[in-house]
Amino acid sequence: MSEKKKLKVATTSLAGCFGCHMSFLDIDERLFTLLEHIEFDRSPLTDIKHVSPDCDIGIIEGGLCNAENVHVLREFRQNCKILIAIGACAINGGLPAQRNHLSLAAILEEVYHTSPGLTNGMIPNDPELPLPLDQVHPIHEVVKIDYFIPGCPPSADAIWKVLTDLLAGREPELGHGLMHYD
Amino acid sequence: MSQTLTLDGKSIPFNDGETIIQAATRAGVFIPHLCYHPEFKPHGSCKLCTVKVNGRQTASCTMRAAVGMVVESDTEEINAERRALTQMLFVEGNHFCPSCEKSGQCQLQATAYHLGMMSPHYDHFFPNRAVDASHPDFLLDFNRCILCSLCVRASRDVDGKNVFALSGRGIDTHLIVNARSGKLADTNFAEADKAAQVCPVGVILPKRRGFAVPIGERKYDKQPIDEIVAEGK
Amino acid sequence: MALTEMHAEAVAGVVDRVVARYRRDPSCMVQILREVQEACDWISPEAIDRLQLTLGVPRTKIEGVAGFYSFFYTQPRGKYRVLFSDNITDCMLGNRDLRDQLCNSLWIEPGKVSEDGLVSVAMTSCTGLCDQGPALLVNNYAIGGLTTERIDRVAELIRERVPMSAWPPEFFRIEDNIRRSDVLLSSDLEPGSALLAARARAPDEGLLASNMRSWREGLPSGIGGPVAVLDEIKRANLRGRGGAGFTTGLKWEACRNAQLKAGAQRIVVCNADEGEPGTFKDRVLLSKFPDLVFEGMTVAAYAVGATRGFIYLRGEYRYLLDHLNAVLSNRRREKLLGENILGIPGADFDIEIHLGAGAYVCGEESALIESLEGKRGTPRNRPPFPVTNGYLDQPTIVNNVETFAAAALIALKGGDWYAGIGTRHSAGTKLLSVSGDCLRPGIYEYPFGISIRQVLEDCGAEDVQAVQVSGPSGICIGPDEFDRIIGFEDIPTAGAFTIFNNSRDMFEVARNYVHFFQHESCGFCTPCRVGTSLLKNLMDKLHKGAGSPYDLAEIEKLNQLLQSMSHCGLGHTACNPVLDTIAKFRPAYEKRMMQKDFTPAFDLDRALAAARQMTGRDDAAAHLTTHNGGAA
Repeated sequence: MSEKKKLKVATTSLAGCFGCHMSFLDIDERLFTLLEHIEFDRSPLTDIKHVSPDCDIGIIEGGLCNAENVHVLREFRQNCKILIAIGACAINGGLPAQRNHLSLAAILEEVYHTSPGLTNGMIPNDPELPLPLDQVHPIHEVVKIDYFIPGCPPSADAIWKVLTDLLAGREPELGHGLMHYD
Repeated sequence: MSQTLTLDGKSIPFNDGETIIQAATRAGVFIPHLCYHPEFKPHGSCKLCTVKVNGRQTASCTMRAAVGMVVESDTEEINAERRALTQMLFVEGNHFCPSCEKSGQCQLQATAYHLGMMSPHYDHFFPNRAVDASHPDFLLDFNRCILCSLCVRASRDVDGKNVFALSGRGIDTHLIVNARSGKLADTNFAEADKAAQVCPVGVILPKRRGFAVPIGERKYDKQPIDEIVAEGK
Repeated sequence: MALTEMHAEAVAGVVDRVVARYRRDPSCMVQILREVQEACDWISPEAIDRLQLTLGVPRTKIEGVAGFYSFFYTQPRGKYRVLFSDNITDCMLGNRDLRDQLCNSLWIEPGKVSEDGLVSVAMTSCTGLCDQGPALLVNNYAIGGLTTERIDRVAELIRERVPMSAWPPEFFRIEDNIRRSDVLLSSDLEPGSALLAARARAPDEGLLASNMRSWREGLPSGIGGPVAVLDEIKRANLRGRGGAGFTTGLKWEACRNAQLKAGAQRIVVCNADEGEPGTFKDRVLLSKFPDLVFEGMTVAAYAVGATRGFIYLRGEYRYLLDHLNAVLSNRRREKLLGENILGIPGADFDIEIHLGAGAYVCGEESALIESLEGKRGTPRNRPPFPVTNGYLDQPTIVNNVETFAAAALIALKGGDWYAGIGTRHSAGTKLLSVSGDCLRPGIYEYPFGISIRQVLEDCGAEDVQAVQVSGPSGICIGPDEFDRIIGFEDIPTAGAFTIFNNSRDMFEVARNYVHFFQHESCGFCTPCRVGTSLLKNLMDKLHKGAGSPYDLAEIEKLNQLLQSMSHCGLGHTACNPVLDTIAKFRPAYEKRMMQKDFTPAFDLDRALAAARQMTGRDDAAAHLTTHNGGAA
């Protein structure tokens, strides 16, 4: 096993809350077992800024709410052999997508102009800031996603199950107790 | 009850006039379903309960059992199609389980778990649907409606009220209530109504009782839907 | 909205009048709603209030029905409601440009009502004027042969608020365009003669009396007139002309043999809901040969022992209603309808016309019956079938207009005569509604067995790329198949015959049909309701250039699902046009598959437009490239 090349795994959170990453960390000491097989590439755990071109697995938390999310997702798709959507937001937009029935104009107006307590509010227009999309989209609507781990967040056991299934070359499957959309 | 049919290779008995799903349920075999409810006239619209009868697909909630029928239900092919239907229902409405009071007790969700639905697969429609909070004791969240018409049947056939109906056509089909204002508060809907209890998803919800059962102890947390139905609970 | 507003009392007056004429019968809901709308321009909350009161049905029922049919409006849609026919043949003749011309000259947006509440302009499914398109409906009255001049004139008439009764009558002239006649279209049947012949088939007087009793009681009598007629229909090997091709004699026999509950009667329904895009032969039959059709229905009633008849006429043929009612009145005067037909005691049968209101799915017989009963046109769960449990749970036969016309001829001339026409498996003749790229569009009657090639030659079609036979739910035929024949043994058809020359893009043809199915799905079952929308989105994605092989695979998977899980034929056939054209005109799709890899269906850069506008930004970071798959 030790001679075998370790798989490179990159992770990121787009329009998410990092809850899925926290849940990932909840696999606790199993992380050591995992690290016998994988090494982390771009991830909040490593602070590597860009995905290596030979990355094996990309794990994406969160949906797409702005232009930067799209760029990051595309970088992952371009460089990872396998992409996994983790959590409700990546899979169906989740909480952020509950703005989708409102027009972006109305949202920005409300947030920056008309909310009580705002004086001389203005909509930020710094080119450094990513522009928001008119609707929040799940990531499979923009790039091809290979696997999904549902949950808000998925439990550490569910994440462990899918990753170990994949490492063992099995089709990932979550049975009763591990399969959750909430 | 000497008559039998074959369901997934097993011989199961049935009574005259029984549908396939009725016979299956009594024999402890779960066939996924959403618009079917043992207490109401079958509707046959969700198509989750589709089975193959002598090689031809049909809804098991409307098809009467007959002697010698060979029925396939729990096959990879049929379950994949059921899963696709479930995915269609998820993308058609706005189903955000983490913020839904019905989560853990929702039949759509439990059925999707049973069918191993890992993602909604299709592009979401994100329809713009209203919430009706006019009634003092009940909330209607149309975002989650799957058009099963159980509330329509319960209100009409049990409560004798016709509080609910389906209107519109095609993808614009939607639930309406019996008031010129279109508001539940202006109908004679009441807590004791059967219609208040039959919604399989999170559309018709009692107010001030959300999230009462902790995660882990909700109906489908404790036991998967196939076991619950098969055990006749 | 001042123009469309009526006082509540005036609305109540209209409702009361209409409801009284329909005997306060909620099963006439569709007819009642139609007439209320004709008088009030829309079905207002006040009208629904009054309907609820006078009909004694819950509001949910009224709103549920009103919400189902495209031609019923529960929001004001103007004094003039213009709907452009959107069949592929209308598109090929430039219907969009004409619509835009009308919208521009009326200063309105398609789909919206003008600010003064005067007029709305929108699209509708095929109106059955494919041989004289482009066409439109104004307040459900058809105008064909549209030109830019005619559109200018329509705009003027609307702007000047000229009542439709004062519009130029030639606008409303609909041509029959009969190009080839055979036994049906050349028949000059004397009204009543088929009935007399049917009656004469009874071996002797004594049996005749018992047969007439059977008509009255609706019981099978075993032998004699009605049974003899039934035998002739069977001997003729007549099969339904609506597309499915069920054996007419068997259907009639099943209805005749069905148990009749106390107080119940047998019902004969003529399906004139000719909604399949590209079909218009029933329109011509009803306009030119109504007596033949009514006579066929009466023969059917005689054979099965029915006492009540309906014609379910599609709403697009509203203009035929008064004419048909006049013919019916005449037949009553001539004792060919009503009580004691032909002077025979107990021989009772009458026909009433129900008008549809813009719902293709009502062409499905059980949905049609639901609609006749004043409900949403949702296909029923079967079994039971209409022959035992049809209209108001009574034994009912539903047959196509052309089937009844043929039945009348068979009653007159005998089954053997009819069986001798056509081929061994397909007896008789078939009316084809020929339209599209040809010199002589119109109605062609041929004995079964005619080749596609011959039809193309007769109608003056050249450089033909494809023929869509039997409409979107039928089959698309390419040049290598033009020697195939029309008949149940090869290409069965309800009659549509739409021709596309080599300048046409078959992908766009399929996309038009997919839009049609999506619009007409009744929404009852999950696979069709959601699946037709998904399919439409995928076809639009290809149209926009965002398609990749992934999408083609998705289309094929959807087709499988729709075919196996759908509730009725609409869902079963909704993918046919796509699959046929993929199989036979693949280059049209290859051309559209502009992406190598999966690409989003929506335009990412456009999804930033709102934010760009709000922030005033237009820098490089304020844009996204749309396609990440790279060009194929």
